[in-house]
Amino acid sequence: MAKLTLKDLQKKREEVKKAITLREGGPYKAKVTVHMGTCGIAAGARKVIDAVLKEVEKSDRQDILVTTTGCAGLCSREPMATVELVGKPPVKYIDLTAEKMAKIFKDHVLGGKTVTDYALAYGSEKTS
Amino acid sequence: MEDLSLHILDIAENSIAANADTIEITISEDERKDSLSIEIKDNGMGMDEKKVKKALDPFYTTKTTRRFGLGLPLLSESAKAASGNLTIKSRPGEGTQIKADFQYSHIDRKPLGDMSQTILTLVMGNPEIDFVYTHNKNSQTYCLDTRKIKSQLNGRPLSSPEGIRILREDLKNIKMKLTGGKHEG
Repeated sequence: MAKLTLKDLQKKREEVKKAITLREGGPYKAKVTVHMGTCGIAAGARKVIDAVLKEVEKSDRQDILVTTTGCAGLCSREPMATVELVGKPPVKYIDLTAEKMAKIFKDHVLGGKTVTDYALAYGSEKTS
Repeated sequence: MEDLSLHILDIAENSIAANADTIEITISEDERKDSLSIEIKDNGMGMDEKKVKKALDPFYTTKTTRRFGLGLPLLSESAKAASGNLTIKSRPGEGTQIKADFQYSHIDRKPLGDMSQTILTLVMGNPEIDFVYTHNKNSQTYCLDTRKIKSQLNGRPLSSPEGIRILREDLKNIKMKLTGGKHEG
């Protein structure tokens, strides 16, 4: 196998980023991003993503993308997740548990209604 | 971190951030030799000698959102607490290999934890990356290669409900394969 260069890896990253970006007419209608920095993992983010995956399985929906990212810079409010729907601003949820995530999935991801009790803000942060 | 499977998830997330497209996770438990080793190897961007030397410093990070990086220092401390150590081999453009060794029977060795949840999280959160998970326990071996699961799905995404179900089913075999089909009490 030919050795990958840094340029190849960056190109691949851009291709993947393009493929997982939500857009009108694209394959995905919703995206759930769970923050998996050291702080998030220690606070219970793995249980949160498992709750999302169980709900995806139950819903049998093919158009929901689940992904992970790093620390959002607000370690004291982890576990955190961001929910995005096509054409809507992303919503950041904080202090999550598996139960809260299951409710967010049903109400927001499937129902389109933000769960304001668990939400921090609209918008995204830079995670690199 | 409560257990070693959470450390493994954390270190593999570093590999993902380093743009790896293949990550190999190998666990070897040998009760006769009283040893447990964890190896995480990626083909990401790698680190130069200077970065490798700083990697175990909790106040060093390549991230810009915060001023500390605790993943590797925490794993290193967990290994040291169980009479073990952590080694890093890395080269820019070639990837990184992290190996943590533990004394298996040490009273302060953290439990391995739920590896099936860690692998499920890594694979489903990053379906574009190929994961090879090998778990050796004494003379038994369990191996999962996500490239094989992708080929079973005939082009459907690994993160689809069907992909999640197939992966969960495969991961259920870990315990059975590692005990040679015997039930553990």
